[in-house]
Amino acid sequence: MATIDYLQALNQALDEELAQDDTLTVFGEDVGAPKGGVFNVTQGLAEKYGDLRVFNTPLSEAEIAGLAIGLGVSGHHAVAEFQFADYILPATNQIISEAARMRYRSQGDWSAPVVFRAPYGGGVGGGFYHSQSTEKVFVGQPGLRVVTPSTVRDAKGLLKSAIRCADPVLFFEHKRLYHSIKTDIDPDEEILTPIDKAQVLRQGTDITVMSYGITLQYVLQAAEELAKSGIQTEVVDIRSLYPLDEATIVAAAKKTGKVLLVNEDNKEGGVLGEISAIISEQALFDLDAPIKRLAGPDSPAMPYAKNLEQAFLVQPDQVKQAMQELAEF
Amino acid sequence: MTRKLQESGLTKAQLRVVYAQILRSRRLDERMLQLQRTGKTSFHTSGQGQEIGQAGMAMAFEPGKDYYLPYYRDMTAFMLFGITAKEILMDSFGRYDGPSGHGLQMPNHYAAKRVKAVSQSSTVASQYPVATGIAYGAKLENSDRVTLVTTGDGSTGEGEFHEALNFAGVAKLPVVFVIENNGYAISTPHNEEYAAKSLALRGQGYGIPGVDVDGLDFTATYLAFKEAVTRARKGDGATLINLHVLRMQDHTSDDNQRIYRSKAELAEVKAADPLKTITQQVLDEGIYTQAELADLEKQLKKDINVATDQAEAAPLPDLSVLSQNVFAPVDKESGIYGNN
Ligand SMILES: Cc1ncc(C[n+]2csc(CCOP(=O)(O)OP(=O)(O)O)c2C)c(N)n1
Repeated sequence: MATIDYLQALNQALDEELAQDDTLTVFGEDVGAPKGGVFNVTQGLAEKYGDLRVFNTPLSEAEIAGLAIGLGVSGHHAVAEFQFADYILPATNQIISEAARMRYRSQGDWSAPVVFRAPYGGGVGGGFYHSQSTEKVFVGQPGLRVVTPSTVRDAKGLLKSAIRCADPVLFFEHKRLYHSIKTDIDPDEEILTPIDKAQVLRQGTDITVMSYGITLQYVLQAAEELAKSGIQTEVVDIRSLYPLDEATIVAAAKKTGKVLLVNEDNKEGGVLGEISAIISEQALFDLDAPIKRLAGPDSPAMPYAKNLEQAFLVQPDQVKQAMQELAEF
Repeated sequence: MTRKLQESGLTKAQLRVVYAQILRSRRLDERMLQLQRTGKTSFHTSGQGQEIGQAGMAMAFEPGKDYYLPYYRDMTAFMLFGITAKEILMDSFGRYDGPSGHGLQMPNHYAAKRVKAVSQSSTVASQYPVATGIAYGAKLENSDRVTLVTTGDGSTGEGEFHEALNFAGVAKLPVVFVIENNGYAISTPHNEEYAAKSLALRGQGYGIPGVDVDGLDFTATYLAFKEAVTRARKGDGATLINLHVLRMQDHTSDDNQRIYRSKAELAEVKAADPLKTITQQVLDEGIYTQAELADLEKQLKKDINVATDQAEAAPLPDLSVLSQNVFAPVDKESGIYGNN
């Protein structure tokens, strides 16, 4: 057993897959030696696997995505890093028009089994363009999987599964989880997380809370505290943002009949609305309270000034309060 | 002066194949315009005027070994890679057995797995970055295969064109970038698309050779491509070829070029039809006799009629295709993590 954080788990996943899959390449801006990425996720990999397989690319996001897609199309595997989720936008055409459509438009003749990694999320003093949650731009594109790990175990297991997945996978990593969560993991254990399944992280009978990213940590913490006052929370880690795991979502909603959905992104037009629609369609008569969403305001994410940044972000005490109110409804 | 076909170094037998394919492509193109006008298909993008350049280009590659990312006017080159008129017509009729998209893609989105012609979107220049990935794969495999990618002149204004050239220069990729330059992007003339003296100069800016090639001259085109392919196979990197061709027809069957091209200009284009030039060449050089050409025309007409009937009679995609192959199928045994 060794205690590792979320970022080390990602690095281990890449290391293990590079070792077992000769066709795998890892690249992006500053990803190669000696830096190993601006967050250090790829540190040491170029030294170990050579700079033909782990390398720097020019500042050129559409090219980074297309490079990955071309490798995927011709029988290779690729993990392309976008330095920040904000800068994936110049590559949107490649990801949606090419990667997401490749298998369908050729009915399986061609496919792009590649991973696009993107560090997302705010609270780092990064202003508008180092803080955004850009997942809602990409969810709802048939052919493109969008996932995000919110535990250390999944950081490793979900990235390994994404690399082995035959579909293109957009892999969001919450920046503030990189060093804030740690877990004991047996380095010899092969962890492969199901790519399209939500997971119940905590069983409960009073309320159900579904979330992902840093806000999921707040939910888990509040659930622990509320348990002391007798409120039992069912906590669901959404994990696969597209397609959504309807079965797990609906079962968890029905179990308590009271549902709170939490994310860092803007409230309107995002993943939470879709989850809410699924529950409304399939579990309305099992509900005992309106579905509640707790999310960022519908303003561009997110201002730089500390007070505005904090006001934009969903805070732990807001999560706890919303859970308490729902329990009392 | 157009160079002699025999100066290409190709054998007489090869040149006969090339010419027959050029003529087949022209006659098929005419048929496809007809099918659109009579409402049998919804759309056609003509490649008339670009056939000779495409033939010279295609002959420099090894179909089945080299990858090819075509654009929508590439019917002649696509056929020289080994695709039949019937297959192309099945794509136009939206039939399941069409190799390009099994009925899902619009006409002229040429692709076929068996000759490594990669599926294309309609977003122009989008294939350029993808081509660099395929070329990078050749380096990883230590293979001397080459990747061919084409687009139009107007499309070189897209960022993806430039990003791809830049990386190909940096990584010395075995790729041949082609601009089939017909002087127009729909109705917009080249001087409103770019100010450079020649698009070949774009290569220099990215550290790769850029060459202007007369795409109405088969031999000149073939030899220029052969050099680019040799460079790539040897590991010396990419080449950009600015292939000068003509657009003889409307942009697509939805367009009317008489609105933006003068009568005089259109007459000039018609007079410069490279099919006329190469037909004269095959006669002059004794590659075909007049009588053989007449037979060839007859044979092609018959073949295209049969192909049209067969393609039209082929089945449409089953409705189940609508939701098939969105994601990879589940395959737990092989360990492929499709739907897990
Ligand atoms: C990104 C994008 N923008 C616009 C279009 C619509 N469109 C299709 S073809 C075309 C003109 C392309 O001109 P050029 O690259 O010169 O090629 P040509 O058609 O002349 O062969 C346009 C504007 C498109 N397909 N993709």
